[in-house]
Amino acid sequence: MNFDDYDPLQGKRLQVLDPEGCADPELLPDFDDDTLRLIFRWMLAARLLDGTCLTLQREGRMGTYPPVEGQEGCQVGSALALGTGDWVVPSFRELAVALVRGVQMEKTLLFWMGHEEGSRLPRELRYLPIAIPVGSHTLHAAGLAMGLRYRGEKGAVLCYFGDGATSEGDFHEALTFAGVYKAPAIFFCQNNAWAISVPRKIQCAASSLAAKGVGYGIPSIQIDGNDPFAAYVATTAALERARAGEGPSFIEAITYRLGPHTTSDDPGRYRSSDEVERMRPLEPLVRYRLFLKERNLWSETWEEQISSEIRDWIAEGVRKAESLPAPGPHDIFDHMYAELPPHLARQKADLLDGLKEE
Amino acid sequence: MASLNLVEAINLALREEMERDGDVLLLGEDVGREGGVFRVTEGLQQTFGEERVMDTPLAESGIVGVAFGLSLLGLRPVAEIQFMGFLPPTLDQIICHVGRIRNRSRGVYSAPLVIRVPYGGGIHAPEHHSESTEAILVHIPGIKVVVPSTPADACGLLKSAIRDPDPVLFLEPKRIYRAIKEEVAQAMEPIPLGRARRVRAGAHLTMVAWGAMVREAQKAADILAEEGVEAEIIDPRTLSPLDTEAILASVRRTGRCLVVHEAARTAGLGAEISALVMEEALLHLKAPVARVTGFDTVMPLPKGEHLYMPEPSRIVRAARKMMRF
Ligand SMILES: Cc1ncc(C[n+]2csc(CCOP(=O)(O)OP(=O)(O)O)c2C)c(N)n1
Ligand SMILES: [Mg+2]
Repeated sequence: MNFDDYDPLQGKRLQVLDPEGCADPELLPDFDDDTLRLIFRWMLAARLLDGTCLTLQREGRMGTYPPVEGQEGCQVGSALALGTGDWVVPSFRELAVALVRGVQMEKTLLFWMGHEEGSRLPRELRYLPIAIPVGSHTLHAAGLAMGLRYRGEKGAVLCYFGDGATSEGDFHEALTFAGVYKAPAIFFCQNNAWAISVPRKIQCAASSLAAKGVGYGIPSIQIDGNDPFAAYVATTAALERARAGEGPSFIEAITYRLGPHTTSDDPGRYRSSDEVERMRPLEPLVRYRLFLKERNLWSETWEEQISSEIRDWIAEGVRKAESLPAPGPHDIFDHMYAELPPHLARQKADLLDGLKEE
Repeated sequence: MASLNLVEAINLALREEMERDGDVLLLGEDVGREGGVFRVTEGLQQTFGEERVMDTPLAESGIVGVAFGLSLLGLRPVAEIQFMGFLPPTLDQIICHVGRIRNRSRGVYSAPLVIRVPYGGGIHAPEHHSESTEAILVHIPGIKVVVPSTPADACGLLKSAIRDPDPVLFLEPKRIYRAIKEEVAQAMEPIPLGRARRVRAGAHLTMVAWGAMVREAQKAADILAEEGVEAEIIDPRTLSPLDTEAILASVRRTGRCLVVHEAARTAGLGAEISALVMEEALLHLKAPVARVTGFDTVMPLPKGEHLYMPEPSRIVRAARKMMRF
């Protein structure tokens, strides 16, 4: 696959797997049956975990949570293209990416439960903590990628963000830097049609967001974001360019946020349920099931069986997250500096004294 | 008169100002169709149209920079920044342009804009949704900083902010957005900026608190009253320019000054008020000025938030210590 064949300015878009479950044999990666099923398994795991998070939130066991439903395809496809030396710089809705990249499930749960330990991810994972300030982290991806190039390391950096993020100044500066310094970065935009209540057309007057990448001299492509194969193929091509020293790429994955922006959001205020119902048949699991079925790789029993395995796994993750004690009073001070400065030591002592008195 | 909470009172002020003056425009993320993530601008786009209530692209620096441009024409933009945690990108515009234009153009231009920002902790919100960084803003020359603590104050102060010839940062304590209801008159008169309000009278101790901390100070004052300590509470309402006379008059009467803020301690507004009292009321003091504040740490995530927030128990402890001094 060549980015040049999919000029976003000509309205071209890469699709490998269509909504009916038919894959383009020319473009379909050479996956064995196990891998084909694994892709489904990851998407299903994210879907089920997403549902668990919604339940936990409703039961008061988790805080505000941003659901991923509908975006599992491009997340799983892109993340599976990565190698061990590659980095991920996520925003806040990359539940499926985190699972595929081996971020312990309880970490993501803890973050949304409001526990600081949710952001303690071991360096070896090469997976930065969730970034809530929209677009801010795209620059970190550029910097990390510049650093990898400087160090002569082989890895590349895959950075995720939304359609809304492409309006932030930081995003434009990130593309500027990455382009100028030929940084091995992949900017992966999940255009899910909405930024809370603001529709895509209010983010930018350009006909595609991929056009923004073009403007910065970065090879850019639009893909079907509900097609895990398209995400895999595009990310693989971008990684090859990055590893060959050819610099950054931009991928705009056209997907759809089926759920609310977060559990605090009521999408009924700004979008019709008709729209959501129109988009539902296009979501990734629907087409992927059809695809597997066609190849005799799917049955209801099989899905039930893996669902039950996944549910056990999720239960274990929830148990681990909930069994971690809440951070103690020392916790808010001890990680502020390499060495606790005197004024903070005093504040910490004051807090501890006060709590003793109570 | 209707009984309104803070959200409804701010909405009323916006509505009445927009009716009064066609130059008042609203802009921000999700303020239009959705009516704001906290529903503060609910119904305003329906009433005044998309040209006057603009859902903007997701770009904070853009929102404030554009509001500044609009204001140069004499329009009265009211921009919303969704959470104080997302204010930092706008500081470039605020520091380098908004606060400077009157002075550097020698009064030829001014920036009569308002930036509304929900702020503060205590609502178990995710990371970056609980900041209280008002001291950073107070430190910026050329802008005013206003913080209401009741619905009526919110309505009256916002009207003044919109009519003010200079830029105003209007900080909304979201923790009490829906916690308090109060009678708010239709078409109420604006409340002048720069004037404090005495929330509670008392002879032994002055507490200075604003935003959501006023309620915490009130709870502390109730506990202290049972112990025979009468605390006076002064809510400055405008943090810049500060009503120094109101604070000093109270401290001269009580001889004790306790400042409560949820913002970090070092170089917080408590330090400024303490310096003020030292400079102007030292000989009236019966105890050193005291501060109950947040810590010089990152705002903890929800599970650690209660450790950070100045709670009534911490305020009471500090007050008792002052009384024993
Ligand atoms: C700098 C900043 N401004 C505002 C917000 C509040 N906010 C959180 S997510 C969001 C919309 C993001 O839209 P998009 O980039 O399309 O990502 P999506 O939520 O659709 O995944 C907004 C406005 C924020 N987190 N950061
Ligand atoms: Mg989006």
